[in-house]
Amino acid sequence: MPHKDLLDIAALTREEIEHLLDQSAPFKELFTRSVKKVPALKGKSVLMLFYEPSTRTHSSFEVAAKRLSADVTNFDVAQSSVTKGESVRETVETLQAMRTDFVIVRHRSSGLPGVIAKLTKASVINAGDGTHAHPTQALLDAFTIKENFPNPAGKKVLITGDILHSRVARSTSCILKKLDLDVAYLGPGSLVPKVGPENIRRFTNYDEAMKWGPDIVYLLRVQMERQDVQYFPSLREYHKLYGITEARLEDIRKRGLYIMHPGPVNRGVELCDAVMDYERSLINDQVENGIAARMAVLYWLKPGGH
Amino acid sequence: MDARTLTAEDIAAGVAKLANDIREKNPETNFALIGIRSRGDEVAERVQQLLSTNGANIPFGTLDISLYRDDFEHLHQNPSLQQSDIHFPIEGAHIILVDDVLFTGRTIRAALDALSDYGRPGKVELAVLIDRGHREMPIQPNYTGITLDTRRLDHVLVALKKTDGNDEIRIVQKHAP
Repeated sequence: MPHKDLLDIAALTREEIEHLLDQSAPFKELFTRSVKKVPALKGKSVLMLFYEPSTRTHSSFEVAAKRLSADVTNFDVAQSSVTKGESVRETVETLQAMRTDFVIVRHRSSGLPGVIAKLTKASVINAGDGTHAHPTQALLDAFTIKENFPNPAGKKVLITGDILHSRVARSTSCILKKLDLDVAYLGPGSLVPKVGPENIRRFTNYDEAMKWGPDIVYLLRVQMERQDVQYFPSLREYHKLYGITEARLEDIRKRGLYIMHPGPVNRGVELCDAVMDYERSLINDQVENGIAARMAVLYWLKPGGH
Repeated sequence: MDARTLTAEDIAAGVAKLANDIREKNPETNFALIGIRSRGDEVAERVQQLLSTNGANIPFGTLDISLYRDDFEHLHQNPSLQQSDIHFPIEGAHIILVDDVLFTGRTIRAALDALSDYGRPGKVELAVLIDRGHREMPIQPNYTGITLDTRRLDHVLVALKKTDGNDEIRIVQKHAP
């Protein structure tokens, strides 16, 4: 049975994940038609409640909702009364009065979308909360991997970068483990969690991680906005130690590995320019697949009724 | 509850009638078949096979109409999507839509909407394996394999080999209490 909300990957069974991934493919097929829009959510309203700036996730959700014919309203938090001290509860009561069917929430506090979900009958989709979860990113990542590996069980994914602060790392490794892929982390010792799932290997050295034999290298964005605390000496140093340099790209090409990145990329930090043109870079596929995966989620969830 | 049954032979005869009628009216075979998922695609495939015997090359596609239904509000769970697969240009083409059972006509209404989002066909016709009556939309088939006399509440259960493992049609009657 469909859920009311999508708050994290942990709440989904393997069957539900497989269902959402299977459903993403026919949605993607719609993008090749002359009319990319379908009437499935005609008359439904989607409210975008973004307390944290985001261009990609925001526009991806917006395109997904519009391609399903839903009406999209942007609740521009930066300019709303929230900055005047309105509580989340008051905001939600306003939403309830607007009879919105879906609320897409991004917030810097982990768990906040779950609080909103309890307060409203609308379906709540977590578009990223603090360091907790980013479930639609995980779905689009898994869908992108399945397009290239129809039977992905046992494939090895090396997630590289700031694991500690990354909700992407958390959600994506959760979905990949549920689908029986092998996951490892690579990053500076200060950014790779010491505790956590037992069955995830940890590397702090690039060459050692390569010896593990990954099929996919998943690069996380170095979050410049979080660099108020120094976790590594400099961006140039990071690039040298963990970034995909031109020399490393040559090695990756020879090994036939795929490269993924949730975007937006910091050129010269996580990767060099040439990676964007690498034939096995899946970064642009991830953007397109994000729309399809989010359409599948919107189509699957069932709001609680008014 | 009692049931009438149509056999694999009845189904084969119905498919053959569809193929003959289509051939008779379109000797040039300059049309494309699009089967509505699920089972309409299987009927369309069989019709295509019968029509392809003398070297004719008839384009064949499948269409999933789940996203175009008009009853989402009444469903607890949205129907699962299947891939639509139309690899030829729709623009200006003569399309014959194929479905297994024609009942209220709502599926065909949805299929016409879905089709128009791929392009603007020159002409659309409708071929159905079974016409069981009780239309709720102004829609009539151009080609009919089998005409069945049913009551509004009867269930017409179609099983086809590729989808269900065997060929059989059961008409299950519901008696008024």
